[in-house]
Amino acid sequence: MPDRSQAPHIKDAIEYAIALKKPEIFTLDNGVKVYNVNAGTEEVVQIEWIFKAGNWFEKSNNIASAANFLIKNGTSKKSAYDINEYVDFYGAYLNRSCYNETAVVTLHCLSRQLENLLPMVQELFLDAIFPEEELHIFRQNMKQKLEVNLKKCDFVAGRKIDEFLFGAKHPYGVYSIAEDYDALDVVALRNFYATYYQQGHCSIFSAGILPANYAQLMNGFFGSLPFNQSPIVAPEHLILPASEKKWNIINDPEGVQGAVRIARPFPTRHHPDFPKVQVLNTLFGGFFGSRLMNNIREDKGYTYGIYSFLVNHIHGGAWMISTEAGRDVCEATVNEVYNEMQALREGDIDPEELLLVKNYLIGTLLGDLDGPFHTIARWKNLVLNGLDDSFFYHSVDTIKNISAEELKAMANKYLQPEDFYELVVV
Amino acid sequence: MVKFERFMLDNGLKVLVHIDQSTPMAVVNVLYDVGARDEDAQQTGFAHLFEHLMFGGSVNIPDYDEPLQVAGGENNAYTTNDLTNYYCQLPSENLETAFWLESDRMLSLAFSKKSLDVQRKVVCEEFKEHYINKPYGDVWHIMRELAFKEHPYRWMTIGKELSHVENAQLEDVKRFFFKHYTPSNAILVVAGNVSVQQVRELAEKWFGDIPPGEKHKRDLPVEPEQKEERRMTVHRKVPADAIYKTWHMCSRLDDDYYATDLLTDILGGGASSRLYQALVKEQQLFTGINCYHFGSLDAGLLAIDGQLVKGVDIKKAEDAIEAELDKIRHGLVDARELQKVQNKTESVMAFEDMSVMNRAGSLAFYELLGDGELMNTEFKKYQDVSVHDLKRIANQVMQPSNSNTLWYLAEN
Repeated sequence: MPDRSQAPHIKDAIEYAIALKKPEIFTLDNGVKVYNVNAGTEEVVQIEWIFKAGNWFEKSNNIASAANFLIKNGTSKKSAYDINEYVDFYGAYLNRSCYNETAVVTLHCLSRQLENLLPMVQELFLDAIFPEEELHIFRQNMKQKLEVNLKKCDFVAGRKIDEFLFGAKHPYGVYSIAEDYDALDVVALRNFYATYYQQGHCSIFSAGILPANYAQLMNGFFGSLPFNQSPIVAPEHLILPASEKKWNIINDPEGVQGAVRIARPFPTRHHPDFPKVQVLNTLFGGFFGSRLMNNIREDKGYTYGIYSFLVNHIHGGAWMISTEAGRDVCEATVNEVYNEMQALREGDIDPEELLLVKNYLIGTLLGDLDGPFHTIARWKNLVLNGLDDSFFYHSVDTIKNISAEELKAMANKYLQPEDFYELVVV
Repeated sequence: MVKFERFMLDNGLKVLVHIDQSTPMAVVNVLYDVGARDEDAQQTGFAHLFEHLMFGGSVNIPDYDEPLQVAGGENNAYTTNDLTNYYCQLPSENLETAFWLESDRMLSLAFSKKSLDVQRKVVCEEFKEHYINKPYGDVWHIMRELAFKEHPYRWMTIGKELSHVENAQLEDVKRFFFKHYTPSNAILVVAGNVSVQQVRELAEKWFGDIPPGEKHKRDLPVEPEQKEERRMTVHRKVPADAIYKTWHMCSRLDDDYYATDLLTDILGGGASSRLYQALVKEQQLFTGINCYHFGSLDAGLLAIDGQLVKGVDIKKAEDAIEAELDKIRHGLVDARELQKVQNKTESVMAFEDMSVMNRAGSLAFYELLGDGELMNTEFKKYQDVSVHDLKRIANQVMQPSNSNTLWYLAEN
């Protein structure tokens, strides 16, 4: 019988060397860079076409997201159905997503079907026509979806906290209202598409088991499109945070839970404090064993889960705490969050707790680098933020070497209650 | 092709090993053959509450999460109506830590009163977050009760009502544990950068001396055949009307499962599916519509749900669904359309197998179905489905007398 009271010997995860596999990079004839992680166990591929076409670039609300969504809803030769049927027939997934700075078209398919699918993707970047009828359906469905979402306290809280942090006119703080959808018209969409997709700025990230002629294939389909021919001018947007810090909103008088958001502005990845605060954030509320989770879920049972995280935009960010808690314990939850901030500012972090967090972070990182899709996701983040793998290695070093004193200093610099916006939506 | 080896310990614990040396990590997945279907009708939500308690300390180890995190690992778990699955991933050199933790909580829990008190509250908040404080959150509570009269699929894993979880007592917890959390009721899968020899030694060392317990013999009531259409209407504070329809279908283990699965893809799997194209795009009656099934181990449900465009009459919307079902009951699906959903299935399977964690979970699930090897051979069964099978299943399953319809209407 083994001695169960004794934990088996472990190798501390921080003793592991971590390597981020470098992507292969090639450049198409038009200057578009293609980053590739050619690896994996399954015969599948993922390709992302990333355009500078996020809501940062739109002149009125929702143009960027509507253009991104409707890009596959019709070309001059094919209807939305034709396109969907074709993609589905080859067992592929063609998704779009729109962010603040970028908008993305993503293809997932079996490697052997790639040659059938690339011509279709090319057609979307050459010849999307944004039919009136498709916009009409989009508008109707999005408005109704919005109306449903507005019944959810967490959805409302997510919108409002961004507005407080960045201002309602800033791309990071703006949100949709029904009238924005009414105001959309196909001419504006077509213009946006022409500027930011057809003649836009594109970069490509691919991963999986890529065919031997991949570079040739990509150059053939995308190398002669008029991408990257002139620089895209990014407009200036001023951050105008709210002056009032504490907010209570009643969304549903009969709701049984409230959504709590507590957040402060925080610099981007380029700031020297960023990697240190990533470690502090993990300890504070960044994983299941965090102080917030241990106190507010595991000790008090106020919530199903509570997390803190860094909101990473390219031009500015935030440090946020987020949870849904029982309606009658929202206030107690908020107080406990501040108590945990105080404990980090004033108390000393136990060496065992610090080692646990370090091992956890490195262990997770090891697991996260498993497979080509995860590796390319890291690279995409680095490239889009104007960083390279030295940032990654610096973060790893910080995790391995940061001291309790440095973390306490970060807590004193950033976890000051008066810097935080506080919002409860019930 | 996912290769694995299998052996069994004397106490009845099945062990599967899948090696992948391209990763520095190891995954340990323990599946217990117990789900919400094994609960007492007066004590629903127990299997899921139990999943929470499994992290509240075991007989020799006060806390599960902490030592795992120290070893660079992370973990999670989920409960369904059929099973409970626990999985963790950690650097492979620390594999033994996972064996130590998993075996101790299979041996016995600490049964701490504090843990039970707190997790009751946590689960109640989970209940509120997902099923009360959300528009349309109570749909499946209502639909399950409408569709099942005898079988325990009539309640959800979170439980039938909050009070069942609120009233859970330590004695009940102990009884449930010793009945279901035994080696003979579990499947252990170890995957990643490991060797069979190593897993064999660790399994013997840590799990070998756990008493086998009694293999729980499941004896669930069989749901009687539904012979008459059932309908129900509710009014709720939601912005738009919605319609939910279900039909009884075969179990996951039935030969007809594959044709049924493909049938749901043809009707509601994505942007080129029949219901989406006809009812969202062409007729514009719905803002969204889905067709799917629950893949449950006992005979379960095939479902269609759709949210109506405001102002559309719900009877008209339902008739439009029926018109599409008529087409699939009376005509034959095009060969290309069948090929399409088979291709999609192949692709989904390939993407699912990308991570070691998923492969470990799938192996455990297929082993529960009877043989882990099914993971490698199942696609053949999808390829064997014919257009005639689809028609036969559509006629067998999607009949009004076998249907349950819920009109979920906006108040005023």
